[in-house]
Amino acid sequence: MDYIQPYLMLSSILFSMGIYAVITRKNAVAILMGIELILNACNINFVTFNRFGNFATLDGHVFTMFVIVLAAAEAAVALAIIINLFKNIGTVDVDQAKEMKG
Amino acid sequence: MPIPDLGILLFLGLCGLIVGSAFMVVTSPNLVHSAVSLLFTFFGIAAIYIYLYADFIAATQVVVYVGGILVLIIFGVMLTNKIENATITSKTHNQIPGALFSGILLLLQFYAIFNTKWLVNDNPEKSSTVMDIGELLLGKYLLPFEVVSILLLSALIGAAMLSRKKVD
Amino acid sequence: MYNDYIPVVVFTALAIGLLAAPLVIQHLVSPRHNKRNDKLMSYECGEVPEGSAWVKFNVRFYIIALVFIIFDVEVVFLFPWAAVYQSFIAQGQGLLVLFEMLMFVIILTVGFAYVWVKGDLDWVKMQLKYAHGRYSKLGVDKK
Repeated sequence: MDYIQPYLMLSSILFSMGIYAVITRKNAVAILMGIELILNACNINFVTFNRFGNFATLDGHVFTMFVIVLAAAEAAVALAIIINLFKNIGTVDVDQAKEMKG
Repeated sequence: MPIPDLGILLFLGLCGLIVGSAFMVVTSPNLVHSAVSLLFTFFGIAAIYIYLYADFIAATQVVVYVGGILVLIIFGVMLTNKIENATITSKTHNQIPGALFSGILLLLQFYAIFNTKWLVNDNPEKSSTVMDIGELLLGKYLLPFEVVSILLLSALIGAAMLSRKKVD
Repeated sequence: MYNDYIPVVVFTALAIGLLAAPLVIQHLVSPRHNKRNDKLMSYECGEVPEGSAWVKFNVRFYIIALVFIIFDVEVVFLFPWAAVYQSFIAQGQGLLVLFEMLMFVIILTVGFAYVWVKGDLDWVKMQLKYAHGRYSKLGVDKK
């Protein structure tokens, strides 16, 4: 596949689906899955532009590695927070977590 | 009718797999089904990286996303539900505004993609990207590379502290 | 080009095919009628199965997975370093690059030591009331 458009279309579809999941889901773990989709879409964009753009080095790949690492750290901490939320209020419905609402 | 290239057919199949399983991820009412669909999405994206000449990133995707993050997410699903029956449901809300917003976003992105004159120069494939990535990591990106270890340290300590059982 | 990945495609197709074939065969061959009560019960060595197979995990599994993913990421960074280490030695920068990686590994080892010292990796962690019998060698009943 030697055109740039299919990759960009794929990543924009993934991005929109991630946004849709973040907006519509109530379960915190499902929202996290949507965020993972968004991060994957941005990774595809980085690698695509690194292949088709005018770059001599692989900076896009290194950026993608950092994004993947950040996604791993983010997933670890977010799931720990979600588990604590479940321990404290007995549900992971993000609408129920309103104890700090004034 | 010309016979289409096998690589292009495989690419289209992969796109179908990724979009279909991502659709399952965002709409399936059963969270376990969502998590398993996420597996296919991640594998498909790893194959897309191979089309983009990024073999090391594809391996990283399989090792970190499929092997690590997905396991964590499945643990998160299993740990945060009162499971009496095998259907872990996830309620949804705001479907119509959400679909509208993400649909408009998608159309805008498609508009931008098709109306931009891309300056495409197809870089030749490198035989292995690992060497170049290693030289960049130890040269130009040395400081981020070291900072990542501190980030991982804080993530490990913070998450372990948060998820530990309180000892009374 | 992509030709290096043809074995991967073949293996994937074989894995899917070999998994799907038994399912399809058993769907075709198995008797369709009488799929009721006892026929649907999971087989448990003659015992009547009790409760659901979907149990809630212990949160300790999560901490193990957490340690795993952090060091998984470390391996991803170690691999490019190992690939270019020879060329850095040839340039006479071997010690410097080794030190850079050692910094990375040592900082992460601090996190591992923290988890270890705090006892998150000990599997039998609870204070057993009558632990003097079979668990006494583990020392879990001592404060």
